Amino acid sequence: MKQLDEIQLRLLREVADLHGVPEGAYNIRANGASAARATTANIDIVTKTDRPGIDVRIKAGTRHESVHIPVVLTESGLKETVYNDFHVGRDADVVIVAGCGIDNCGNQDAQHDGIHRFWLEPGAHVKYVEKHYGSGDGRGKRILNPVTELWMDENSSMEMEMVQIKGVDDTERTTRAELKAGARLLVRERLMTHGSQRAISVYSVELNGAGSSADVVSRSVARDDSYQKFDAKILGNAPCSGHTECDSIIMDRGRILAVPGLEANDLDAALVHEAAIGKIAGEQLVKLMTLGLTEAEAEEQIINGFLK
Amino acid sequence: MLEISDLSFRVSDEGQQKGILRGVSLTIPDRELVVVTGPNGGGKSTLARLIAGVETPTGGTIRFNGTDITAASITERARMGIAYAFQQPVRFKGLRVLDLLRIAAGRRLDVSAACEYLSAVGLCAKDYIDREVNASLSGGELKRIEIATVLARRARLSIFDEPEAGIDLWSFQNLIQVFENLRRNIRDSAILIISHQERILAVADRIIVIQEGRVLRQGPRDEILPTLIGTASAVRACRQAEQGGAE
Repeated sequence: MKQLDEIQLRLLREVADLHGVPEGAYNIRANGASAARATTANIDIVTKTDRPGIDVRIKAGTRHESVHIPVVLTESGLKETVYNDFHVGRDADVVIVAGCGIDNCGNQDAQHDGIHRFWLEPGAHVKYVEKHYGSGDGRGKRILNPVTELWMDENSSMEMEMVQIKGVDDTERTTRAELKAGARLLVRERLMTHGSQRAISVYSVELNGAGSSADVVSRSVARDDSYQKFDAKILGNAPCSGHTECDSIIMDRGRILAVPGLEANDLDAALVHEAAIGKIAGEQLVKLMTLGLTEAEAEEQIINGFLK
Repeated sequence: MLEISDLSFRVSDEGQQKGILRGVSLTIPDRELVVVTGPNGGGKSTLARLIAGVETPTGGTIRFNGTDITAASITERARMGIAYAFQQPVRFKGLRVLDLLRIAAGRRLDVSAACEYLSAVGLCAKDYIDREVNASLSGGELKRIEIATVLARRARLSIFDEPEAGIDLWSFQNLIQVFENLRRNIRDSAILIISHQERILAVADRIIVIQEGRVLRQGPRDEILPTLIGTASAVRACRQAEQGGAE
């Protein structure tokens, strides 16, 4: 394994909860190059030859294995676009942990655009965790623009957990999914923006098969002068059920735009959108203060609970 | 001991000054359970909010254990040992019952200790400890959790604002037991309950009647309660149930 420095190790801890070399298959990318890799009998990782990135092939029937593919950037001015493709075999059941940490102490922008594409064969199940984290006190921005594309075959399921709590200046997340009969997509997004950060999250989910379902839920907090946009669109093209939810807290001068988008193209498509945006309720603060917390402590408890 | 003297609270209602509390003076001594009753709109809940520091009085003083707390913040009063159960409990997305009990206790309460507080209010602890304090809980469940958080505070002064509101009859019987237990283990603390339920008034050491923003009467339970029976200040939970069932 290529030697990682202290900052890179710290970023790894933040985005992948990694305190050392992970178990199972992994590929660690640091400053634009592969720093470490391991494969297993069931999971193969191959470097792409036509463009930056990797192909991850998970054999049919693989159970209880994990793949870690964290990315860390500590070089100011580095901009990269990486293509990671996952081929998940029939009835496989795996955990995939991606994540990107950027530490930018310089004055040039550092940017990582990860394009993750998933092909889930019938009956495959993936739990996918993606964390974003930024640090560093340079004037250069930390920019992440992840794209996630999913092709879900019959009765496959995907649980996605997306977390971005700190330090990313600008992010534009795009998630597109196409689901066949009986496929199930569950998305839980947690987001907090500070300062003058901007975060845009766009979902487009096509429910094409009978009995397919999608549940996309975003919980977010916009502080200071930050801006967020949550744009979730579900198309019901078959008897299916879809639900999107945006639940947000605004603080200071934070702004949030929630754009509901439901399109029912089948009489038996049941689609629901919910959105609630508002500041922390005064009575919540008062309640916690009557339990002995200061206003700032109460605020922190409420936000931590909300984003948990 | 809580000493309130000449407390007033005025609000401006469409340009008109309205006195919600008008020169209230009373004392809640240690080792006593005091029930404040009186007709709706008489200023009882405002009194509780002023004691907890949620509202600021327009006149008068509040002293707690010898210290003038009239200008103290909610947090300062809480840390001095004042606990306050809201009439309408607050919901929190993401905060679990256990989290709330831990905040209330001010220490890393272990699960079994937290469960005791829930059992005390008649909730099956294991079903609730990890539940979020959100809209999935019924009004009655929230109310009992609210009371449990005040129990967990082990405060010098515990204030309950209409603890029976929103609680079904079955739970109401348990609630009376909660207050009887609190009274039994009162030690050096004091309890203030705002209620016009006859059964709760019957647990009181002293009763204070507040009407139209003033103290109408106050004194020992045996002296005051007989004068209230049959009025809006001492209501029965459900006559039929108390007499042993339906028609």
